Amino acid sequence: MVPQELKYTKEHEWVRVEGAEAVFGITDHAQDALGDITFIELPNKGSDIKRSDVLGTIESVKAASEVYAPLSGKVSQVNEILTDKPETINFSPYTDGWICRVDLTEPSEQETLMSAAAYETYLKESRS
Amino acid sequence: MSTIKENLKNTPLYNKHIALGAKMVPFSGWNMPLQYTGIIAEHIHTRTKAGLFDIYHMGEFFLRGAAASLELDRLVTCRVDDMPPGRCRYGFLLNETGGIIDDLIVFKISQEEFKLVVNAGTLSKDGKWIKDHISSADIFVDESEHIAKLDLQGPLSAEVMNTFGLEKVTRDLKRYWFTYIDLAGVKVLFSRTGYTGELGYELFFSANDAEKIWDLLIEVEGVKPIGLGARDTLRLEMGYSLYGSDIDEDHTPLESGFDKFVFMEKNFIGKDALVRQKEKGQRRILKGFVSEGRRSARHSFKVLSAENNVVGEVTSGAFSPCLKRGIGLCYIEKEFAAAGTRIKLSDGKIEILAEIADTPLLKNGGNRPSG
Repeated sequence: MVPQELKYTKEHEWVRVEGAEAVFGITDHAQDALGDITFIELPNKGSDIKRSDVLGTIESVKAASEVYAPLSGKVSQVNEILTDKPETINFSPYTDGWICRVDLTEPSEQETLMSAAAYETYLKESRS
Repeated sequence: MSTIKENLKNTPLYNKHIALGAKMVPFSGWNMPLQYTGIIAEHIHTRTKAGLFDIYHMGEFFLRGAAASLELDRLVTCRVDDMPPGRCRYGFLLNETGGIIDDLIVFKISQEEFKLVVNAGTLSKDGKWIKDHISSADIFVDESEHIAKLDLQGPLSAEVMNTFGLEKVTRDLKRYWFTYIDLAGVKVLFSRTGYTGELGYELFFSANDAEKIWDLLIEVEGVKPIGLGARDTLRLEMGYSLYGSDIDEDHTPLESGFDKFVFMEKNFIGKDALVRQKEKGQRRILKGFVSEGRRSARHSFKVLSAENNVVGEVTSGAFSPCLKRGIGLCYIEKEFAAAGTRIKLSDGKIEILAEIADTPLLKNGGNRPSG
């Protein structure tokens, strides 16, 4: 079960839309596939990001992978806890392990995201 | 992620791994456990307690007969003729140009019987090479399929074995020696060897008994199953090479810093090339590095000097659970190879600050007698 109130991308990022703002993170499926997370390169506060741009890099013991911006916006906050404790994403991908908060610049892009139900179906399909 | 099973082979312990919730990955044609709970937890467990590894995929060759000792001496870089029965020795199989076909451990079982433990990915190549370079193929047997191998590694390893009444064996057995033990009626070749830098043993026995021995060991207090993920970070903290990543046919043991496992006072295949290389001096050597931060370089990152010149290439890189930094191995030009030399590691997109370091990269901790 994935949290029902969130929206998702095919690259396994989640989005929590809060009015004109949104919070981004990676899904439980993504953290499980990565394994123990050892480092995250966070976006810069104040930077403008475009949907599908590289938001940051997450490294696990064995590999490095990129996180993409699910929506366009200006980064207003980053989760500094992840600098010293990147493993927080493993333990709590949907809450304490959030990556950044943005002020949305293209709110209509939300239509490109998947609902929880659609993401679950997508996960099932990619497993089979 | 479509899961095309590329005819992967399962070890006799496949069902055990699945029942333990292992994440399985393809490795050298085998379906192997990458991790059970997590690489970092398994790594730390092995450094502090005892870890059990299913290493069935590695190969076991035998050379038997009156000529075995002489023939083997010509095939491998380590000295064989002076080995007493019960001794293990690390060495290399080289091609004519000195390139490493494989790294292996020679076990002298008796005057006329030797066992070679070889890598899974090179097994068929090794077998063919050996058969092509011995006087009679009859003396060679590949028994890999019939022999299970379990590694028990970590400071509690001796205590774990002592629960089976093996106090005398664990007290007397020195590093790189082996003996035979009886575990619940199963005859086990028991060597004090391993790939973690910890006190530990490798157990070789009939593949039919794999589940029985696994169950026996895994149930001892302090023992946990460890996957290939932690096996890799454990070996990398020690600076041990992984065949196919750090060493291969494009490099000689001299470039890889293995001079002490090459006995130049005898004849062996590839020796002439090594002699020539010694005269000329090799340009690059394999060295360890430690990053400034948690970020780690990966295979094929370039090594840059302070002046941004490319002076080497990363062959292994991972996060070190004990040092909490990126670590790895790289081939680097000799003038930049001194411990403490500051380097940058880059894939063209990111740049990681690091320092060349002598191995083992993990200097202390663990129960690591050198004897």
